[in-house]
Amino acid sequence: MSEHAEGQQHPISIYLWIWLLLFVFSALSYMVDIAGFQGYLRWSLILLFMFLKAGFIVAIFMHMAWERLALISAILGPPLVLLVLIWLMAIEADYTFLTRLLYFEIGD
Amino acid sequence: MANDATTADQTPAFGEGTGWSGVVGDWSSDKQTFGVPWGKAMMWIFLLSDTFIFSCFLVSYMKVRMSTAIAWPNPSEVFGLTVFGVDVPLLLIAIMTFVLISSSGTMAMAVNFGYRRDKKKTVALMLATAAFGATFVGMQAFEWTKLIQDGVRPWSNPFGAPQFGSAFFMITGFHGLHVSAGVIYLVVVANRVRNGFYDKKGNYDMVEISGLYWHFVDLVWVFIFAFFYLW
Repeated sequence: MSEHAEGQQHPISIYLWIWLLLFVFSALSYMVDIAGFQGYLRWSLILLFMFLKAGFIVAIFMHMAWERLALISAILGPPLVLLVLIWLMAIEADYTFLTRLLYFEIGD
Repeated sequence: MANDATTADQTPAFGEGTGWSGVVGDWSSDKQTFGVPWGKAMMWIFLLSDTFIFSCFLVSYMKVRMSTAIAWPNPSEVFGLTVFGVDVPLLLIAIMTFVLISSSGTMAMAVNFGYRRDKKKTVALMLATAAFGATFVGMQAFEWTKLIQDGVRPWSNPFGAPQFGSAFFMITGFHGLHVSAGVIYLVVVANRVRNGFYDKKGNYDMVEISGLYWHFVDLVWVFIFAFFYLW
C-alpha cells in the first residue's frame, strides 16, 4: 500500500454516516405516505427530505463539498434556469386545465 | 482584476485564492479552468446535460398532471403490494430506494479504496454496487410486469388519467436504462482495476468518474421517488 495522497480521500466513516442519513431520510419520506399526510404538509415534507437527500449525495458522495468553487458554480449554477421552465409550464398547465374544464366538463 | 493582470505571466496554481476570487483566478489567465482530471470535468458536464433531460421529463410530467381534468391515479395504491394478506403501500418502491442508496454507499467506499490502491476492496465494492444495480433493474422489471398485467398502458389505464402510463413508462424506463448502462460501465471499470489497467495508466481517476455517474443515477431516483411516487 503506497502512501498516495491523490484525488478525493476522506475517512470511510463519513460515507457510512451519510449512508445512514440517506436511509433515515428515505424512511421518513416513506412515513409521510404511510401516515397519510395531505396537502401542503405532505408536499413540503416530501420536498424537504428530497433536497436533504440530494444535497448529501452531491456534496459528500460526489465530493462537490471539496471541489473548487469554479467547478461547483459551473455545474450547479445552470440547472437554476429550470425554475423558469417550471414556472412557464405551470402557467401553461393552468391554462390547459381551465380550457379542458370549459370545453369538456362545463360546455357540453 | 488589475491585480490578476500583473501576475498573469506566472500561472497561478490551483488552490490559489478561494471563493469567488478563486473562480476569477481559475477562469482567467489562459489556462485550464477546472483543477480536476479532464475526464472528471467532462463527466460532470455530461451529468449536467443529463440533468436537463430528466428535468424535461419531470417538468412535462408536472405539466400533464396539473392539466388533466380526470383524477390522477393514487400512486400509493397503484404501487402497493399485498404481503401475507396485508396491503403495504409503495413497498416495492421503498425497497428499490434502499437498494439504490446502498449501491451509492458501496460505490463511495470503492472510490476511496481505489485512491488508496487497495485493488481487492475496490473491485469487491464495485461489483457489489453493480449487483445492487442489477437487483434494482430486476425489481423494476417486476414492477413493470405487474403494472402491464394490471392494464396500464402508455395511452390508458384503469385507475384514472391516461397520461399516468406514458409518464410512468417514460420516466422510470429512461432511469432504468441509465441504471442498466451503469451496471455495465461499473463491471468494465472494475475489471480494469482487477487487471491492472489503471496501475499502468498511473491513476485511479476512472473509479471516481464512474462513481460520479452512479451517484447521479441514485440522485435522479431521489427526485423520481419524491415527485412520481410520493407526490
